[in-house]
Amino acid sequence: MDNILSIVTFIPALAASILALFLRGEDAAAQRNAKWVALFATTVTFLVSIGIYTGFDPADTGFQMVEEAEWILGLKYKMGVDGISVLFVLLTTFIMPLTILASWEVTTRVKEYMIAFLLLETLMLGVFMALDLVLFYLFFEAGLIPMFLIIGIWGGKDRIYASFKFFLYTFLGSVLMLVAMVAMYADAGTTDIEALLSHQFSSEGFSVLGLYIVGGVQTLMFLAFFASFAVKMPMWPVHTWLPDAHVQAPTAGSVVLAAILLKMGGYGFLRFSLPMFPVGADVMSTFILWLSAIAVVYTSLVALVQEDMKKLIAYSSVAHMGFVTMGIFAANQQGVDGAIFQMLSHGFISAALFLCVGVIYDRMHTREIDAYGGLVNRMPAYALVFMLFTMANVGLPGTSGFIGEFLTLMGAFQVNTWVTAVAATGVIFSAGYALWLYRRVVFGDLIKESLKAITDMNTRERTVFAPLIVMTILLGVYPSLVTDIIGPSTEALVQNYDTALAAAEAATQHASN
Amino acid sequence: MIQSDLSVILPEIILAVYAMLALIGAVYTTKDALAPLLTWITAGLMAVLAIWIATSGEGVNLAFGGMFVDDGFARFAKVAILLSAGIVMVMSQEYMQRRGLLRFEYPVLIALASVGMMMMVSAGDLMALYMGLELQSLALYVVASLRRDSAKSTEAGLKYFVLGALSSGLLLYGASLVYGYSGTTLFSGIIQTAVHGEVSLGLLFGLIFLISGLAFKVSAVPFHMWTPDVYEGAPTPVTAFFATAPKVAAMALFARLLHDAFGAAVADWQQVLVLLSVLSMFLGGIAAIGQRDIKRLMAFSSIAHMGYALIGLAAGTAAGVQAMLIYLAVYVTMNVGTFAFILMMERDGKPVTDIDALRQYARREPAAALAVLVLMFSLAGVPPFLGFFAKFGVWQAGVAAGLTGLVIASAIASVIGAYYYLRIVFYMYFGAENAEPIDTRSTPVLYAALMVSAVLMLVGVVYQFGVEGAAAAAAATLVN
Repeated sequence: MDNILSIVTFIPALAASILALFLRGEDAAAQRNAKWVALFATTVTFLVSIGIYTGFDPADTGFQMVEEAEWILGLKYKMGVDGISVLFVLLTTFIMPLTILASWEVTTRVKEYMIAFLLLETLMLGVFMALDLVLFYLFFEAGLIPMFLIIGIWGGKDRIYASFKFFLYTFLGSVLMLVAMVAMYADAGTTDIEALLSHQFSSEGFSVLGLYIVGGVQTLMFLAFFASFAVKMPMWPVHTWLPDAHVQAPTAGSVVLAAILLKMGGYGFLRFSLPMFPVGADVMSTFILWLSAIAVVYTSLVALVQEDMKKLIAYSSVAHMGFVTMGIFAANQQGVDGAIFQMLSHGFISAALFLCVGVIYDRMHTREIDAYGGLVNRMPAYALVFMLFTMANVGLPGTSGFIGEFLTLMGAFQVNTWVTAVAATGVIFSAGYALWLYRRVVFGDLIKESLKAITDMNTRERTVFAPLIVMTILLGVYPSLVTDIIGPSTEALVQNYDTALAAAEAATQHASN
Repeated sequence: MIQSDLSVILPEIILAVYAMLALIGAVYTTKDALAPLLTWITAGLMAVLAIWIATSGEGVNLAFGGMFVDDGFARFAKVAILLSAGIVMVMSQEYMQRRGLLRFEYPVLIALASVGMMMMVSAGDLMALYMGLELQSLALYVVASLRRDSAKSTEAGLKYFVLGALSSGLLLYGASLVYGYSGTTLFSGIIQTAVHGEVSLGLLFGLIFLISGLAFKVSAVPFHMWTPDVYEGAPTPVTAFFATAPKVAAMALFARLLHDAFGAAVADWQQVLVLLSVLSMFLGGIAAIGQRDIKRLMAFSSIAHMGYALIGLAAGTAAGVQAMLIYLAVYVTMNVGTFAFILMMERDGKPVTDIDALRQYARREPAAALAVLVLMFSLAGVPPFLGFFAKFGVWQAGVAAGLTGLVIASAIASVIGAYYYLRIVFYMYFGAENAEPIDTRSTPVLYAALMVSAVLMLVGVVYQFGVEGAAAAAAATLVN
């Protein structure tokens, strides 16, 4: 198949339009059909996307399976994957059927719900495959619309505040990125990402309003992209939309948000910020490393005092994303490998943790930690699953969480020892909040009357967790499954980055002589 | 000589003669009973003229010694004006008839206003400019107060008239200064006196007054004050008309004047336009936040959108004019759809304009609500809809012309603006169900206008029906 990427991207959208056009009614049968169509479409997408995996050649560091076509306004429709993006594509197609399955109990506006998720999948996949700036922006930004609706329509009681905050926060970051994209287009004369990767943006410093900007245009463009990706990631201190959005979103919305949407920020750093603006990235890297270290420690401490389970996991996500940015801006092979690994692993683990909360929320309709306790007595299978993912979240060796944290810390250590030392304490805090959460919810005596009749996980829920368990442990014991694929591409990325920096350095030397 | 002149101006003559014949015919026969038929005939005639202009026009034709210019730019604007005027008229027929507002003067006045607008975009001379502008404005003043028994409508008409007269005064004063310092009223003559970017102080003064007068017409801040009141007070179909064709005409006239007469002095007017643009975008965005009335909200929205379109004009390049034309075409399409929806909003036969009444509209009318959602996100400039590409186009032209600061400011303004469009979506989709719901009554025409404009927002991303190329050609004839 020559255009497998487009096929994978647009299967969900096709299913969504079929649902929108042909499914009528609000009765039980129509709801069931909507669910099955969505599950079928996402599963097919996953199966087809395996073709991307098998057809992918890790040794080739360029873009593969590239498709190109003319588009309006002189832009191009161009898709392709490389070692950095291919696994995110698979992560997306892997997570989506599980989220549909996890939403089986939704009863309000089921058709619209499924359409929103299917469209969201298309847009997320497009982000990871797009090789044209404007096409990337289109997918990146359009994803806000279904997510806005998912939080707003199917969310909790403060959903309106959360959805507006989510939309406007990310929108502000993104329009600044768009301005930088327009400037890149003006400078390089193309929006083709492949061409832009080999384009040298000027790094000559100049003054704006009396402020001298080291790294010049590159630093400014880096900052504009940073505004978007840092919010999306999210990095401290622009993370505050995430806990709100997570708490108010329905379970499946939280899963998609944590597992995939956050990864767009990290992916963006790797696709644009590092390779296209190396000097800008170098100028800002110490600052970002410290932001990451603060994120790890601060949000871990905040997580310790949370009363709401989802909020706790949301803060833990921010902390884990701190490791990712640390790894990326360490800008060496271990760091970048670790960052990608951490993102993938967090995709599985955070998805599973939000699903764990979803399981008991569906039964008790509360996320207050205090409302639970002693669940192990009634729900042994649940206790086991929750235990596994708590440990993975803490970064226990043997789970995927460990590899990512270890690699990013190792990468950062070579660049900035102090940052690493601070961030490493975050690992201890994360053990603190995660285990404490687990103790309060699962252990102890079952004394609350309301919990006496709670039932253990049913087959559907076990089915949802099974693939996540497999992936978490598999990646934990056999990490080269990932590193073999991303390795050559990240190596090339880091090499190009170093070369570009050396060249810029030489140019400055030359100019000053 | 005269004959060739007349053939250039033939579409305007046809429409003007038709308007006068219709007036006489209606006065001497059945008067208002003829109005619905007249509305459709006028709209049909406009559509025919639009198609004729779009397909037959070629090259640059001058008439009356250069006072009237028929070039690609004028043709693009005329097609947009005629089509939007025709569609809005068809949309309003049922609404006005049911409320006893449909007098035979309405289609006649709209036709005359359209003649004025066609004259405006073809003006090659300050006199022709003023003639077109006044013909348009006088017709619009009357239309604004069409609902004679309503204080608000009368107030809107009067306010529009007084402020419009003031702006005409400014414009005339500017025109007389320009004439005094350049010795000619022809654009092609004025540009000769301003070669090498050297403009005398008096001419500059005149230019500023001309810009101020035109800023009134496009409702750019700080000359926007009439807009919210007139939008709110005028009958909704009239508001829909105000928000579409006259905006295109005024912006096109703006571009025509600045490029044809002052094209050699870009630096002199660029800074003024940048200021107008920034103020419009921010005021339009911020002031709309508190609005509960959807017509006032759309008034501020139009102020903000004119600010974005002005970015293209401020760039002072062919790419900028092209981006501005595409922006206007997209903007008009979005507004036609949005106003079709506003015309549908009613309760017990009375029009409702409070956005609170939209609560949970999506549950009762999922298809219409989805269309409005698309239009709102498109107005906010969120991809993948066409509104985003329109914005992208003007930003691109702005950055290429070195107006990066303006583009950054407009990026921030667009986020502020996104809030109130989102709020409409919020009411429709997740507002609590407590208000009295609006009726879901709609006519086929309104429904079709809403749906088609929403679908165009998506289809346009893939295929633009030649608008892109036409705009490029139009811009190329204007800027050289």
